[in-house]
Amino acid sequence: MLKELDWGKVVIYTALLLFALIYIMPIYMTIITALKHPANISLATAWQPPGDINWGSFAEAYKKLGPNFMNSVYLTVSATIISAIIGSLNGYVFSKWKFPGNEIVFTLVLFGMFIPYQIILIPLFRVLRQLGLYGGIPGLALAHIVYGIPITSLIFRNFYARIPESMIESAQMDGAGFFGIYRRIMLPLSIPGFVVVIIWQFTQIWNEFLWGITLTGHSANPITVGLAQLAGGQAVNWNLPMAGSLLAALPVLLIYIFMGRYFIKGLLAGSVKG
Amino acid sequence: MKFNSDKTVALMMLLPSLILIGIFVYGFIGQTVYVSLTDWGQGAALAENPEINLIGLKNYGELFSGFLNSRFRQDLVNAIFYTVFLVSGALGIGLILAILLDRGPKGESVFRTIFLYPMSLSFIVTGTIWRWLLAPRGGVNKLPELVGLPGFGFRWLNSRRSILNFNWQNLPQITAIVVGGVFLFIAFRQWRRGLKNKGLFSLIPTGILFLWAFWGARFTPEILPTPEQHGFNLAAIGIIITAIWQYSGYTMALYLAGLRGISEDLREAARLDGANQFQYYFNVAIPILKPMTMSAIIILAHISLKMFALIFAMTGPDNAQTSHPAVLMYLTTFRANNFAKGAAIAVVLFLLVAVFIVPYLISAYRERRA
Amino acid sequence: MLNRKTIILAVISILVVGLLGTSLSVAATSHEDELSGELEIFSWWAGDEGPALQALIDLYEEKYPDVEVINATVTGGSGVNAKAVLKTRMLGGNPPDSFQVHAGQELIGTWVTADRMEDLTFLFKEEGWMDAFPDELIDLISTEEGIWSVPITIHRSNVMWYIPDNLDEWGIEVPNSWDEFLEIAPELEENGVTPLALGQNWTVNHLWESVALDVLGPDKWEALWEGELAFNSEEGVAVWEKLDEIMEYVNDDYSSLSWQQATDLVVEGDAAFNVMGDWAAGYMDTTLELEPKEGFGWAASPGTEGEFMLLSDSFGLPKGAPNRENTIAFLKLLGSKEGSDTFNPLKGSISPRLDSDLSKYSVYSQSAAEDFSSDRLVGSLAHGAVANEGFMNAFADVMEIFLDSRDPERAANAAQAIAKQNGIQ
Repeated sequence: MLKELDWGKVVIYTALLLFALIYIMPIYMTIITALKHPANISLATAWQPPGDINWGSFAEAYKKLGPNFMNSVYLTVSATIISAIIGSLNGYVFSKWKFPGNEIVFTLVLFGMFIPYQIILIPLFRVLRQLGLYGGIPGLALAHIVYGIPITSLIFRNFYARIPESMIESAQMDGAGFFGIYRRIMLPLSIPGFVVVIIWQFTQIWNEFLWGITLTGHSANPITVGLAQLAGGQAVNWNLPMAGSLLAALPVLLIYIFMGRYFIKGLLAGSVKG
Repeated sequence: MKFNSDKTVALMMLLPSLILIGIFVYGFIGQTVYVSLTDWGQGAALAENPEINLIGLKNYGELFSGFLNSRFRQDLVNAIFYTVFLVSGALGIGLILAILLDRGPKGESVFRTIFLYPMSLSFIVTGTIWRWLLAPRGGVNKLPELVGLPGFGFRWLNSRRSILNFNWQNLPQITAIVVGGVFLFIAFRQWRRGLKNKGLFSLIPTGILFLWAFWGARFTPEILPTPEQHGFNLAAIGIIITAIWQYSGYTMALYLAGLRGISEDLREAARLDGANQFQYYFNVAIPILKPMTMSAIIILAHISLKMFALIFAMTGPDNAQTSHPAVLMYLTTFRANNFAKGAAIAVVLFLLVAVFIVPYLISAYRERRA
Repeated sequence: MLNRKTIILAVISILVVGLLGTSLSVAATSHEDELSGELEIFSWWAGDEGPALQALIDLYEEKYPDVEVINATVTGGSGVNAKAVLKTRMLGGNPPDSFQVHAGQELIGTWVTADRMEDLTFLFKEEGWMDAFPDELIDLISTEEGIWSVPITIHRSNVMWYIPDNLDEWGIEVPNSWDEFLEIAPELEENGVTPLALGQNWTVNHLWESVALDVLGPDKWEALWEGELAFNSEEGVAVWEKLDEIMEYVNDDYSSLSWQQATDLVVEGDAAFNVMGDWAAGYMDTTLELEPKEGFGWAASPGTEGEFMLLSDSFGLPKGAPNRENTIAFLKLLGSKEGSDTFNPLKGSISPRLDSDLSKYSVYSQSAAEDFSSDRLVGSLAHGAVANEGFMNAFADVMEIFLDSRDPERAANAAQAIAKQNGIQ
């Protein structure tokens, strides 16, 4: 029995380490490339650690990405919070205030997730201009909020579905209305749901490029646009974009490292009943 | 009274979202469908008031049977393979990782973070890094050399080999056989449920479709003048690996959450029944994970549509071997100024998604009703 | 209850109002003698080309200190992103003040045909540019109705690169025609050297045009684009046949390499030659720190000696540009000797003007400038000069058909079909 257990553990740890190695490989390559001098970067020696470390890439990338970085922070924080609030209200209505045609309407909303983003660029641009929102962060935030409605509503609806109807009913007996139930019952139980939605939306919005470059003016460009500038042009010093990618990914990486535990808890809480 | 007014409040809260979705999703889809039926893209396409004429389904006809649009057809085939492999790969690897972590190894949170972090990166970043890793004369192919073995020679992103080839001219027959097969399945299920008449009724379309596919098709005109082979291009493997690497952490998290949600009682019961670990996961745990699988499929299918940026970063715009309808749509619209055909590609892509997603939505709906 | 409802509604409305309220305001422009306001320049120049543009902007700001220059660069996606953003903005009625566009059909076929540009003939006359630029170049940016943009750079497409020491070691000379290349190629391959380094798809188009210029010669090359020579004529097919032979001697991982990585193959001695535009000189000179002539060498691509296949970046004046006066001042600077000689040495290109101060330029550029003033000039396909965007986009697919089937006849027929479709034939 003991022997068998050990053998099982060996298999588990070997498998885990092997997977971990594969998962880390790309980031290792990114870091060592970022630390090399441009002239030392070539495919033939890509795996070798840099002989002479070049921190300059990070300083230069930081200098160039600075303004875009703050734009992305404003954009991502505001759009993520608003879309989480909207998603939670929608999820609440779809799961607890069913109306005739509820399922069909929900399905239609969900379908919005599958619209190809490239093709709606022209109408989206026109609508935002008519609203006077073209060029700045608010317009871009609006686009992300609108196209975030399907997924945030889905996550919250699944999440709230597990809250028993009896709790709602007894709150209604006590005289609580729509907002009363939301505030007293749904919201306190929603924290893990918010974590999942915030992680998801934050990642998506932070990393989005095409809208960022089309819908904002130069001064409001988010960080992905700045990153593309680093890698742009005809001749490329690869250390710079690699350093830039690491800097650009840092905030999201931190969120994953610190909120990863809650992410799983949130998924757990939201998915006991599909 | 109170209840009703609350219901009104609930609907009022939903209304803004519905209006926004109505405009930004369905309004735009409507507009795209309209553009796809026009000839916007000839001559002065970018004029302030371009001359636009309705031409019906001509753009669609060209896409599916025009000599010069073979790239579209290959892209469509690619999109199906991308979706199937991304979904199955991410589900499979995510499940393996989740089971490994469910065993409660030391350093679990470190491993979890390692598997989850790729999801935080943008496709542009992962695409660039993986292009390096999969470069034929560097990266992964060189790894064995570090320990003195001969390097791999696989052409990750530029192999010109393809497997599972079929002739596009046979597409109508293949479709007829698949749809006929679905009807056959329905008939079989109805018959098993004891609905014999209904079952027999479902056999009628099966018969017609099979009859046409195996016999009648030779009398209908070919959709293409010459045979055209399409299949799964091996060059796409590199892109699929990258996408799986990036999103298997998400399915891992989802499954791990599901496994953790299984009550101790159930585990104990399985153990008392004499199930070993393997049997426990296979017979008890995995069936419980079905709802997670369902929601993961939706998310992953949606990601496979967004692979646009990944493909762009890894193999560039003009590599037809690894291309995707979303890439072609972008090029057709913005590089060739053919707005109408770009819109037609978008509509086809959208319908393709519908084919995959609608059955899921229907089954989810039925399950909730049951 | 009501209270809480109000609070929640208030919070939401504050968020929404805050969101809507902070939209951008556009600064107004005045048309005084002293220019002021803004100037938005749209380009895809960033990364290594960024400093050249910045130097030009600095020069402009020195002359017009009250104008705020907005340097709107859009990169990524091999230039497609820039097109997407520009076209979305133009269709949405929000043109930038001036935008970068390749001289030739990319300008004319897309923007002039759509009646989006202002005629700049007055500027060319005022500034004396009719004589400053070569006639072939002015033809490239003109129609019968006017002159539509101001050229700022010249790059050469038909250049073959090599490392002189390596050639000595292998005992070979630079081939004078593709046939000569095909003679020496088998021996190189036997010695484990790739005869020709190639990169991803667009570099194959780039190779195609150099081969076509050799096979067809400049007159027939131009006839192709005038619609006087069919792509599937005997000569047209011959180009593809020649390319087919050459493709036997390229690195077989080409489609996954960037052009820099293809150049690296030559530099590292894995390959003998590479055909690439002359931005490769900047890469070898500045990034790889090789000495021009000794460290790396160049020649016209085989069989095109005395012919200069050019591409040129230019800037125009879109109709409805928000700051027209500022833009005209910018265009004047672009076309001037001072502006041109500030920008080009940094960019690694040469000046389209025939009177530029060569002492400011690199060794390579000096030799290119000499060829530019004496050679026969023709336009490039791969870089937007001779064919409209519809053709260029479809040509990428034709190339895929060729690479997949390696059937010259089929590729030539496909090329003819897309030429018809796009109004060239």
